[in-house]
Amino acid sequence: MSTGPGEAAIGLDPAAAAGYDSHPPRMGFFTDTSVCIGCKACEVACKEWNAVPEDGLLLTGMSYDNTASLNASTWRHVAFIEQIGPRPDDARADGPAPAPPADGAAAHEAAGGPRWLMSSDVCKHCTEAACLDVCPTGALMRTEFGTVVVQDDICNGCGYCVSACPFGVIARRESDGGAHKCTLCYDRIGDGLTPACAKACPTESIQFGEVDELRERAQRRVSELHERGESRARLYLEDPNDGIGGAGAFFLLLDEPEVYGFPPDPVVTTRDLPRMWRHVGAAAVGLAASAALACLGWRRGQS
Amino acid sequence: MTRGGGAEQLVVPKARPDSYYGQPVIKVPIWGSPEVPGYLFLGGLAGASSLLAAFSQATGNRELARASKTGAAAAIGLSLGALVADLGRPLRFLNMLRVFKVTSPMSVGSWLLSAYGPAAAVAAGCALSGKLPRTGAAATATAATLGAGVATYTAALLTDTAIPAWHDAHRELPFVFAGSAASAAGGLGMLAVGQPAASQAIRFAVLGSAAELTAKRMLLRRLGDGARAYESGRPGTMMQAAEILTAAGLTGAVLAGRNRAAAAASGAALLAGSALTRFGVFFAGKVSACDPSYTVGPQRRRIQQG
Repeated sequence: MSTGPGEAAIGLDPAAAAGYDSHPPRMGFFTDTSVCIGCKACEVACKEWNAVPEDGLLLTGMSYDNTASLNASTWRHVAFIEQIGPRPDDARADGPAPAPPADGAAAHEAAGGPRWLMSSDVCKHCTEAACLDVCPTGALMRTEFGTVVVQDDICNGCGYCVSACPFGVIARRESDGGAHKCTLCYDRIGDGLTPACAKACPTESIQFGEVDELRERAQRRVSELHERGESRARLYLEDPNDGIGGAGAFFLLLDEPEVYGFPPDPVVTTRDLPRMWRHVGAAAVGLAASAALACLGWRRGQS
Repeated sequence: MTRGGGAEQLVVPKARPDSYYGQPVIKVPIWGSPEVPGYLFLGGLAGASSLLAAFSQATGNRELARASKTGAAAAIGLSLGALVADLGRPLRFLNMLRVFKVTSPMSVGSWLLSAYGPAAAVAAGCALSGKLPRTGAAATATAATLGAGVATYTAALLTDTAIPAWHDAHRELPFVFAGSAASAAGGLGMLAVGQPAASQAIRFAVLGSAAELTAKRMLLRRLGDGARAYESGRPGTMMQAAEILTAAGLTGAVLAGRNRAAAAASGAALLAGSALTRFGVFFAGKVSACDPSYTVGPQRRRIQQG
């Protein structure tokens, strides 16, 4: 089971690229943060269904966020961003001219009033997944649904995936030494059920479905928001031509990705791996040549 | 601040928050110290020592060959222990050999080490005992061939990650590591044997340390703003100390290599310089992962430049 460097040209069907002859459609999440109310039902449902252990009970001081980030024992993480005071208008230049605000809240925000952004983060289930590429044991695998899961009985806790993930999703759990992350509820979707977080979401901020269909839905939603005057709405990771080949779990955001703690333009590290190996090869040849050069012409008694 | 369509111009635009409460965007590498940076050093020392051993043996320099083989076997033995200890589940270290994946430098490295380790051990055993000369010669050749890979693949191991200071160094780091490995192997030879056997080790050390210093300069110049991780804080101190030690060792090797004590001192300086380079690179990666600006800044500039 060896995969080609970078998995560059696998397009939208990662399951087929991983060797599934016939497989169900690619499944994923569309997280529409514009309707997230920060209830954290997703965090709780995920913990309960997947029996994910407690991850520290702490008060971070980061608004209502007390899980801080995705982690080995936090597979859904709700971010809270309090924006108080005016914000630069540069993002507005990209979209259509704002329509007259329809209601008080929109008018308030359009005028730069405070707003409270909430967003439920999750593993992106990348089309080109760095964690999967670098895993030396084959513990990380691509499922027939095009998602990426860790096989816990194989993972030896080497930690390579942790450094490879461009989103800081996967992590090693101290209590058992293994790497853990969202499975997109592999056990549920195989039985035709909706993943726990999407099932529990009361506002349909987290939508589960076939990735192709979710992309269309996301495009409709972002157009609708632009028409309503929310020109800062944008889709994140839905583009199959981006640096990770598009994500299986993508987002509608109301500000720049880095505001939510996302990298603005992530690129899977293995795209550069062919060049890395070429340079390593050249360095190895140079090292051997130096050893030969250092030893040439030596005779006993000479110094 | 008035409501109503942004007619009012702000004198001082509010800075856009470019991170989520200053939290890292990526995870900080969980690889431990001294296990992993220690391995980067010892693996380089071992691989380059095996090369030096093979070529010195081929030219009849048995004394240096024996010292280098012994050093290689000891260094790789320590390395394997450190690597297994750094796993979250050390008892499952053999799972590294379940699959072979060229997309995973750690997989490639595991297979390299599992062939190289025994070869280096047999080569050293035969050289020290004087028994089984043909087996020893085959093991020496095998260890040298694989050693070139062992000493350099670790550059791909670090750079094939999302860690900015590591990934962005992927053009030069293999050459930094190759030079550092030769510098260390030559330094070990200078410590272990006297003249005339040491002259090959001195030449190897000179070539290696000059390459290491040059490749590091080129790396830092190309990284530009990203070089901060290598030039400030604790990794900056380590890299500076490495530079001084390597330069001193190189100077000593060139000028005073014929003097046994001076050669030994220079060899020790080169070993210490090589080790500090590996620790500096390792911790620069951790620093660059902790600070979101290393991740977000270059990506934002890439977007702006289209």
